[in-house]
Amino acid sequence: MSSNEEAEGRPLASYRTLDIAVAIFFLIVCAIVMTDSLRLGISWKPNEGPMPGLFPFYIVVAMGIASIINLAKALPHTEDGGETAVTSVGLGRMAAIFVPAVIFVLATNFIGIYVSAAIYIGSFMVFFGKFPVWKAAVISLAIAIVNFMMFEVWFLVPLPKGPLEAALGY
Amino acid sequence: MIRRGTFKVTGIAGALALGAGLASPALAQGWEPQKPVTLIIPAGTGGGADQMARFIQGVVQKHNLMKQPLIVINKGGGAGAEGFLEMKASAADPHKIAITLSNLFTTPLGTGSPFNWKDMKPVSMLALDQFVLWTNSEKPYKTTKDYIDAVKAGEDRQFKMGGTGSKQEDQIVTAAIEQQTGGKKFTYVPYAGGGQVAVQLVGNHVDSTVNNPIEAVAQWRAGQLRPLCIFDAQRSSYTAKVTEKEAWSDIPTCKDSGLPVEYQMLRGIFTTKNATPAQVNFYVDLMKKVMATPDWKEFMEKGAFNQTFMSGPDFEKWLTSAEAQHADLMKKAGFLATQ
Amino acid sequence: MEELNALFGGFAVALSAYHVLLMVIGITLGVIIGVLPGLGGANGVAILLPLTFTMSPTSAIILLTSIYWGALFGGAITSILFNIPGEPWSVATTFDGHPMAQKGKADEALVGAFTSSFVGAIFAVCLITFLAPVVAKFALRFGPAEFFAVQFLTFASFIGMGRGSAWKTVASMCLGFALASVGLDNVTGTLRMTFGQDELLNGFKFLVAVIGLFGIGEILSSMEDGLKFNGAAAKLRMDAVIRTWKQLPKMTMTFLRSCIVGCWMGITPGGATPASFMGYGIAKRLSKRGDNFGKGELEGVVAPETAAHAAGTAALLPMLTLGIPGSPTAAVLLGGLLIWGLQPGPLLFVEQKDFVWGLIASMYLGNVVGLIMVLTCVPLFAAILRVPFSIIAPAIVFVCAIGAYTVNNAMFDVWMMLVFGVLGYLFNKLRYPLPPLVLALVLGDQAESSFRQAMLVSQGHVGVFWSNWLCGGIMTLGLVMAFWPAFQALRAKLAGNGAVARPA
Repeated sequence: MSSNEEAEGRPLASYRTLDIAVAIFFLIVCAIVMTDSLRLGISWKPNEGPMPGLFPFYIVVAMGIASIINLAKALPHTEDGGETAVTSVGLGRMAAIFVPAVIFVLATNFIGIYVSAAIYIGSFMVFFGKFPVWKAAVISLAIAIVNFMMFEVWFLVPLPKGPLEAALGY
Repeated sequence: MIRRGTFKVTGIAGALALGAGLASPALAQGWEPQKPVTLIIPAGTGGGADQMARFIQGVVQKHNLMKQPLIVINKGGGAGAEGFLEMKASAADPHKIAITLSNLFTTPLGTGSPFNWKDMKPVSMLALDQFVLWTNSEKPYKTTKDYIDAVKAGEDRQFKMGGTGSKQEDQIVTAAIEQQTGGKKFTYVPYAGGGQVAVQLVGNHVDSTVNNPIEAVAQWRAGQLRPLCIFDAQRSSYTAKVTEKEAWSDIPTCKDSGLPVEYQMLRGIFTTKNATPAQVNFYVDLMKKVMATPDWKEFMEKGAFNQTFMSGPDFEKWLTSAEAQHADLMKKAGFLATQ
Repeated sequence: MEELNALFGGFAVALSAYHVLLMVIGITLGVIIGVLPGLGGANGVAILLPLTFTMSPTSAIILLTSIYWGALFGGAITSILFNIPGEPWSVATTFDGHPMAQKGKADEALVGAFTSSFVGAIFAVCLITFLAPVVAKFALRFGPAEFFAVQFLTFASFIGMGRGSAWKTVASMCLGFALASVGLDNVTGTLRMTFGQDELLNGFKFLVAVIGLFGIGEILSSMEDGLKFNGAAAKLRMDAVIRTWKQLPKMTMTFLRSCIVGCWMGITPGGATPASFMGYGIAKRLSKRGDNFGKGELEGVVAPETAAHAAGTAALLPMLTLGIPGSPTAAVLLGGLLIWGLQPGPLLFVEQKDFVWGLIASMYLGNVVGLIMVLTCVPLFAAILRVPFSIIAPAIVFVCAIGAYTVNNAMFDVWMMLVFGVLGYLFNKLRYPLPPLVLALVLGDQAESSFRQAMLVSQGHVGVFWSNWLCGGIMTLGLVMAFWPAFQALRAKLAGNGAVARPA
């Protein structure tokens, strides 16, 4: 199984890059929350206590300060920070499950979650698990059908359904 | 599967009975749900609307009133806006119905959420839920007058009123009471649910509440709470003793007690906007069947509901005036969304 | 003695073949519900509720509470095996449970989790049996200020215990608070941070975030390391139960502490989820092996599970005696009681003696039956890890998607789950701790509401938190807990200087 080998691959991003990216993400969240908190009011009313924006505002102020410190710590080039965090092989493997997952969720809007999941599980088994097609088909259909029975028939929890289920009367 | 079979038989029988009983058979013949019907609760679990919806689900299944199953879903986000917006978005799906409470009017007014009861099709009014002014029985307030006088004599905001949610029915009633207290305001403390409000009153963390009867009846029977008056035009019609000495009908109306405030909350059923008359009729008939069961009568009595049934134009007229009333009350209290 | 007689009367009612059969059915269903994040205990109870109308109230409540026990047991399974908390209260179980599974000790973790759930529940049932009226009176003392004090204590017992950068911890926790504030503000009824988006009305739900951060994040990490779950090749040995039980007596103090924490949180009612966090936090502080927590320590599974189960059970007490449901599941049970004509509240214990004692007896029996059932199935659960990764990984994504969808019945949440998945992966990689974020998300909203309710009551005076012994005591304890790491650091520093004498 080639997948189990410790293939290093081309370095894509260092810890430093990721740290900076995440710190900036925090600062963006911070800016968004601050804007709305200011609209809601951040003062302490004499008879009522804090207004709705007070807590979120000071929370994100704390978050902002922490993130700036994190950013400042991440910026200098250090040995630790320079280490490779993600390699092309690693990213490729993650993409192998994540990109299909995004397609699966997208497809759920059109063909329902069960059909979409059967295709998702089946194709993953064929392409990455190297299962024969018939095995993949049987297992993925079985998982979809068991879940269908469980949620739709037994527990009456309605999940997104598509044309196939509609044709079957659900 | 056996259950399915019996459902089918009774379902058809029900549809036939419906066809025979209605004036315009052309409308009534056609429709029956083809798939499970979803009952949306625009509130969280455990509240009054939730209890009633789950009760209806139970009654429908117990008496096989519908061929397809009835599924209950809570969509209480944004003070119920989430549930209402879902009804609005699925205008073409007649397999969705919603149970409503006062947030039908208060949520769009108070939060600015873009919907109106006219975005749904009214089916029928099931009942009106009462509001009662409660105090802790350890406190010396024997009558409404005692309590209101104490509020008038006290400092502004000294008295604490507990209630469910913010800018919703409980706070509206509170605001209406404040118009009768000589300028003295309550400190309104919002809690998550009616049951919690009643317990907070027992624990003396607030001075009074306007709980619905069903939310506080257990504490009344245990002698922990005292009902002062009921916010209705007439006294309750339930004369069976609830505590050792008193029945719901023994609670005076607030108006007679010198507090001229009236407020009741709608418990009604709506379906989606594009539902045909035949589809609406199906649900009206279903609700009539539910209300004919002994279980329903018992439930009504336990919660001291005002049993008023309305559907069609009467109901729409009622809704229009109730909407105007809410807009007025909320405007006076300053609860309208500012955006 | 009166209680004991009544209890034996209750056993006579509950212990029939029919009732034991109902328990088995209920627990099986409950375990399934607990395993799948898409189904909560409330689902199971709500769906079976109508079917129970033909039964006597006692039989019906036995069936329904058994689902509740099953769900409490079941939540631990996916937490340990796949790092996916099936129920909110099993989040803390993942901290040590999943590392144990990665080390090939999934069976021990499962046995430990089930056993400690059982111990927690039985402790709480004993409390209900003998102290119900006293406890119910005590619960009445809790107003907004006291609620906030309890929530503060939960935080305080948990903060300052993470490894790694303090600033990353702060950022992570604040992100949790910020996410918790999205949606409707309960105190003023205004919408916050929604920017006119209907999808945001409901805010970021705990379960969606947790499924993404833990479940999807874990899948991504596993994929990066190669197409497998660590620990998949663990040998299955049938002596797991005995092997694990041998280790448990050492943890008596942890059991006891978690039981007390759990009962306390269940009654007040803080709920099972905060209880599990607090149980974990306190055990980490006070246990000799606390430093190893997070690396796969059995005690780190025992502590949160005991507390969660004790709280889940104790939460039934305020429901029965006060009519306040301690959890959504309890809320649906409450609806059931009303339909059967039983009015929960102060008089239930007086007027419906048979029912109440039947219920309490069924709590003992239900947990015994449940423990036997889940322990027998441990090898079966552990064997799930041997399913090839290329089947289990997409299946987990599917189940997670269902779980995220059912929280609000919205596709938006499924997308959010994927976003949280990426975030979870990055946080793991960069050593931003996840537990503070999760705890802030689950408690942030409630803590803020309680704080502001308390401010309304006191007209804006913060002194209300020290206005009586109960509230002041909890707050002070909270402060001590919060500054505990600082005390310890200070003491270590002083000791390090050598010159300062250690306190005798």
